[in-house]
Parts: sequence; C-alpha cells; structure tokens
Amino acid sequence: MARVEHYAAPRGLKEAARRAAERPATVLAGGTDLMPQIRSGKRALAPSLVNLRRIAVLRGIRRDGDGVRLGALTTVTEILGHPLLRQRAAVLVEAADHFASVQLRNMATVGGNLCNASPAGDLIIPLLVLGARLELVSWTGTELATRELPLEDFFVGPGTTRLGPGEILAAIRFPLPPPDFVARFRKFGTRPALDISVVSVGIGGRRRNGTLEQVRVAFGAVAPVPLCGRRTAAAIDGHPLGPDTTAAAVSAAAAEIRPISDVRASAWYRTELIQILTARLLRDVHHEGH
Amino acid sequence: MSITKAISFTLNGQATRIEVPVDMDALTMIRDVLKLTGTKLGCGEGECGACTILVDGTAVNSCLMFAVDCDGRELTTIEGLATPAGRSVLQRAFVEHGAVQCGFCTPGLVMQGTYLLRQNPGLTVADIRRGIEGNLCRCTGYQKVIEAIAAAVHEIEKGDRA
Ligand SMILES: Cc1cc2nc3c(=O)[nH]c(=O)nc-3n(C[C@H](O)[C@H](O)[C@H](O)COP(=O)(O)OP(=O)(O)OC[C@H]3O[C@@H](n4cnc5c(N)ncnc54)[C@H](O)[C@@H]3O)c2cc1C
Ligand code: FES
Ligand code: FES
Repeated sequence: MARVEHYAAPRGLKEAARRAAERPATVLAGGTDLMPQIRSGKRALAPSLVNLRRIAVLRGIRRDGDGVRLGALTTVTEILGHPLLRQRAAVLVEAADHFASVQLRNMATVGGNLCNASPAGDLIIPLLVLGARLELVSWTGTELATRELPLEDFFVGPGTTRLGPGEILAAIRFPLPPPDFVARFRKFGTRPALDISVVSVGIGGRRRNGTLEQVRVAFGAVAPVPLCGRRTAAAIDGHPLGPDTTAAAVSAAAAEIRPISDVRASAWYRTELIQILTARLLRDVHHEGH
Repeated sequence: MSITKAISFTLNGQATRIEVPVDMDALTMIRDVLKLTGTKLGCGEGECGACTILVDGTAVNSCLMFAVDCDGRELTTIEGLATPAGRSVLQRAFVEHGAVQCGFCTPGLVMQGTYLLRQNPGLTVADIRRGIEGNLCRCTGYQKVIEAIAAAVHEIEKGDRA
C-alpha cells in the first residue's frame, strides 16, 4: 500500500481544490469504490488524501433555474427519497432503487459514481438520458476556476475521465424534464441486490401523439465507456411507437454497442440482453399512462 | 506506513479520541484498535453486511469507510444497543425467534434491522426483505430473521423503542 503523507478534510471547496492541486492527491467521497480498489491493490493512494465529505456546498439536491442541481456528495439514498426527483426525474430514482444495498446507498455518492467512470456505473445511464452537465472546479494557483462539461464528453475509458489533475467534480445539473417527458432505466444482473450491471439501458423522450421526440438513449457495460445510443435514439425519434419502431431500434442498438466478453457475460449474451431490454423499455414507455 | 491523524468521535455514547493511520478502514479501527469485536469482518468489500454500524444514525458498511472519516461523528456498534434496562427490542426478538444460528451475521443484521425500524417503525415484511438485501446469512435462511424484525415492529407499535 502506498504511503499517504498528507491528509485534509476541509470544509471549504476552495481549500479542497488548493490541497488537491498542491501535490498528487486522491479525492475521497463515500469511499465505496476507493476502499476496495486500494485493498485489492488495483489502485494506490496518492501522497495526499483530500476528504471532501465535510464540504457543505457539495451536498444537497435543489432547483436551479429551470433545472436541478445535484451536489457531487449527494448519496444514492438522498436521490431515492427526493420528492422532486421522484416526480420529474423518476428514471434517476429507478436507477438509485436498483443500486447495491441500503448500506451502500447510504455511503455511495453520485460524484463518486461518475468519477469512478465504470462503464457499468448505474447513475451515469439515467443522467445521460436526462442530458446532464458537470460543474468541475480546480485551483489555478490564485483562485477557484470553474468549467462545464456535458456528461457524455466526460468519459475517456474504463476508470478514466477528462478530470484534470487536482480537478474536483462539484455538481451535476440537468434541465427539469417537461411534464410530457417519459423515461425508463433497466439493469440486468444475476440477482436483484448487490450486483454490478451485466448491461443496462436508459431511454427517454417527450411523448407526442404516439411517438417519442427528443429521444436520448444510453447503454451501460457494453463499451469502454457508458455509451450514448445516438443511432438507436434516431431510430425511435418521431416514429410511431410500436413493433416496427421497436424492431428498428433493437437492430440499431445491436449495431452500435461494442460489448466485450468478461467474467460477467459474453459479448454475445450482452448483445442479446441489450436487444431484449431495449424492446421492453420501449414497450413500457409506449404503455405508460395508457 | 501512512501518516496517522488524531480524531475524536462518540462511540456508543462515549467520547473517544484516538490516532489512526489515514488509510485504515473504520472496521479495523473498531475491532483491532478499540477492541470492540462485536462488529464482524466477513468479506471486507461491502458485500455481506457483517460490519454494519450506525454513523450519525445511518447504517453503513464499516469495512468501506475510512477511519479518519469518523472524526466528529456519532458511531453506534452492536455493543451500544443495549440500555441499562437490558437488551433492545430487536435483540430480544432475535433471541425469542431463534434468528441466530452461528451468529456471525447477527451483529450486522441487528444493526441493519435497528436502522430500518428507526427509519420506518411501520415496516412491512416486503420492506424488511428489501432492507436486509445487503446482509448475508449462511445459516438461518433469513425466515427467522424476518420474523424477528417483524415481531419488533409489533413491540414498537405497543410502545417500545427501537
Ligand atoms: C458491494 C458494492 C456494490 C456496488 N454496487 C454498485 C451498483 O449497484 N451500481 C453502481 O453503479 N455502483 C456500485 N458500486 C460501486 C460504487 O459504490 C459506486 O460507484 C459509488 O457511487 C462510488 O461513490 P463513492 O462516493 O463511494 O466514491 P469514492 O470511492 O469515494 O470515489 C470513487 C472515485 O471517484 C473519485 N471522486 C469521488 N468524488 C469525486 C469528486 N467530487 N471529484 C473528483 N473525483 C471524485 C475518487 O477519487 C475515486 O477515484 C458498488 C460497490 C460495492 C463495494
Ligand atoms: S465485511 Fe463489510 S460488508 Fe462484508
Ligand atoms: S447465523 Fe450463521 S451466518 Fe447468519
């Protein structure tokens, strides 16, 4: 195990960013990815450990103009119990509900889920469907700098993101979906609890006269990064919901995913699952409210 | 070895101050440093719930928590559930319903059950089943555990505290 020479648990974001910029640092949120990765030797801690957990501005879910702002430290439990999200962004709540176990949900943060950058990260898929953007902060040497990035541009590969050295994810924002927006998330695992997704799918759009418009589709665990299903979305967008559109969407999905075979499933099985789940989600979206 | 850090917190109602290596997990601190061995190490990776404790009233897997993060918080372990009046409602229910066989999962299940009862004293059996998804038991088959937690719901309805 690597040697940690500096530790800080600041209350201010500025102080945290300064500490993270000073020397190579590991940032700590809930620790649910970090602790097992360190213990298994998959990853070593940097010489400096910066614990974000006492930074109040990184907490909380709130309305922000015509959008919603999730502080990076928002836990999965907080998402699950939030009335505004339950009402207007149920697809995110659905993913929170299928996340690990109660104890894990109490610890795991949304920021950690994104920054860990697993292709199977369960909150990433609904946030892609919701068109989320990230607020990233860093210390320039004299002040705190903020930049914004669409979530879909954040991921580089398994475990790697566009976060610069010392950069901290402060918040996730997405526009509050209009009342005619419908979306669904489905994850497939071998048991309902405590299972990493073999694959996952999210589909959302605005319902207009038997069609879905402004469609967004995202796939988990079928590419090196969480994948935006643009071709699948195009196959759905504006077409009457029903068997023909479903068939077109299913074949677009199979064509654009890039699954691998690993301990959880073969590439062939993942492709089968993606097609089945895509068809089921479209059926659910079609029948919702009828 | 990494540097150590002095932290203080409340453990089962008692003010506690110790120095821990900054990369130590809370479970190791509780068992090996503070010598409270009621909390168990099962998997060490968040899968089994044997290490469940309450931090500021919230159930967490202590094997995944950094010990330094306990600074300033209120911790409750299985040793802290009994009151001067005796065992807690749920502890009694576990005994009365035979919800303990080898006992290894029991501290974690009792802590998790306590958390569930405090969050929602009107738990249904379905809530109980979902609520203990993060606790593995290789002996009881869970049925008696569920019965014990459901019995505690009844006792609480009659006026006992979780
Ligand atoms: C038993 C078990 C079951 C699990 N089940 C699921 C599951 O069902 N679905 C799922 O998606 N995941 C699951 N996970 C993975 C994990 O719980 C989640 O990815 C969780 O959201 C990580 O959040 P955290 O706060 O614990 O992150 P941490 O472990 O604290 O951090 C994760 C990574 O992100 C970095 N980081 C964290 N916050 C920030 C920030 N604000 N800015 C910059 N970098 C940051 C850290 O440096 C680290 O590299 C599971 C893990 C375990 C151990
Ligand atoms: S020992 Fe912590 S969950 Fe198994
Ligand atoms: S009683 Fe033996 S593991 Fe649960």
